[in-house]
Amino acid sequence: MPLLSPEAYLKQKILALQEYSVLCGAAIADIFTPPLYWSDIFTQMDSIGVGSMPIIVLTGFFTGCVLALQSATALRQFGAVSMTGSLVALSMVKELGPVLTGLMVSGRNAAGMASELGSMKVTEQLDAMRALGTDPIRKLVTPRLIATIFMLFFLTIIADAFGIAGGALTSVTTQGLNASSYLHSSYQSLVYGDVVQGLTKPLFSAFIIATVGCYCGMKTTGGTQGVGRATTQAVVVSSVLIIIVDLLVTRAMIGIFGR
Amino acid sequence: MGDATASSGAATVDSPESARPVVEFKDVSITFDVKPVLQNISFSVDRGQTLILLGPAGTGKSVLLKLANGLLKPDSGSIRIFGQEITTMPERELYELRAQIGMVFQESALFDSLTVEDNVAYRLHEEHVPEEEAHARVVEALKFVELEQAIDKFPSELSGGMRRRVSIARAIVSGPDLILYDSPTGGLDPITSTTIIELVMKQRDVSHTTSLVVTHRLQDAFMLATHRYDAQQGMKEIPRDGPEHGIDSGMKFLMLNEGHIVFQGTTEDLVHSDDPWIKEFLA
Repeated sequence: MPLLSPEAYLKQKILALQEYSVLCGAAIADIFTPPLYWSDIFTQMDSIGVGSMPIIVLTGFFTGCVLALQSATALRQFGAVSMTGSLVALSMVKELGPVLTGLMVSGRNAAGMASELGSMKVTEQLDAMRALGTDPIRKLVTPRLIATIFMLFFLTIIADAFGIAGGALTSVTTQGLNASSYLHSSYQSLVYGDVVQGLTKPLFSAFIIATVGCYCGMKTTGGTQGVGRATTQAVVVSSVLIIIVDLLVTRAMIGIFGR
Repeated sequence: MGDATASSGAATVDSPESARPVVEFKDVSITFDVKPVLQNISFSVDRGQTLILLGPAGTGKSVLLKLANGLLKPDSGSIRIFGQEITTMPERELYELRAQIGMVFQESALFDSLTVEDNVAYRLHEEHVPEEEAHARVVEALKFVELEQAIDKFPSELSGGMRRRVSIARAIVSGPDLILYDSPTGGLDPITSTTIIELVMKQRDVSHTTSLVVTHRLQDAFMLATHRYDAQQGMKEIPRDGPEHGIDSGMKFLMLNEGHIVFQGTTEDLVHSDDPWIKEFLA
């Protein structure tokens, strides 16, 4: 890879940001103008939503288990083991559920989108699509954006539920807690603001996953090696952005709801 | 296929626009990063004419074809297709214009997740043509390329030559007024190449569609220039003692080298050129 001057490097990054912004703008605008490719939207919902279910269930469940185990050690020092349910629920709903779901779906679907669109780019299928009178953003990006936003929201709810269930299983079997009191303290600790915070984050994560995945794919150059590079880049960039945006949304939500 | 092409072409043939060139490049230049790919390219293609774009690999022939279809925008110059300036045309309007243009890509560019039928019918589905009519037109297009038995196959199940034929069927299914062939025989064996050239010739002589054919294979170019397609006999040589003296008069050549036009004219002018570079290229 040739070494770029700082000026050329900066210009390249600004150009990439500009192209990404244009892609995002076009993909959003296409949601509100016909035609919408409904069959593609449902196909993507199946691929992103139903296809990601097993990893989300497993991730959520085992994260809840580990969280209950780890927190019980600390809580025991204060004689507050009974608060394990509350800690697990708050952690899962406000933070770990949305972020881990975003990261897992990013690893699975941003990579998938980048490699699929990247392969289409290097084999001129995107050009063929344009030559046949179809806008690739409308046909490929917008359905993925809609499907990811819609499905990540529900995947996060599933991850939260399985996380709390995992925490319950560990608390009951290893800490000797009562299942009913665990679930009661979990339920009691959550307020409206926590749920809103937890369900706002996946909307941003989904937007990042779909747009970054599609952008990296559509800008692929350099044959099969380029497809591999675009896939890696999509996962890395979307994962880092999810964590950064998570911080910003958390801060904004604390500002709005006070917790 | 002939019917579809003829009916599509009729609307434009009768219009006052018909006297204008179908493709017109004026001082077109394009640079990728810092490398000039095409510089001050000017030429035109009249209705029904076939223009062969010749030149060594990497001289910008495919880029020129993509410019003609609006897939790339030039840095400077003017490109008029069917009399319409496309360099400043918004992408949405370009999609409508491309309904009149068929394009055969270098590596076929078939959608690998779709069957042959869905690939060929892609444009028809986008135009919401009823399913029965779309199927009939797909079968007709596949018959034209003699590949109707492959209608249910996926591109990965086809050979390189078959993929190229499906690509031709996809380009002609809507009866375009202009067809752009980007190295239609590139990477194919000589026998399959001849089959593909015969299809290009068939489309030219049956439907009289204006065409731009990119190639770096001289034998393909000269076969197109010296042969005709006959419905009964297939491909046959144009008689040397006939009125055309063995050469298709509707054929024109454009030769590119390092982004510049080094020759444009008829087959006769090309073979009698005194330019040393052209002589070496043709040798």
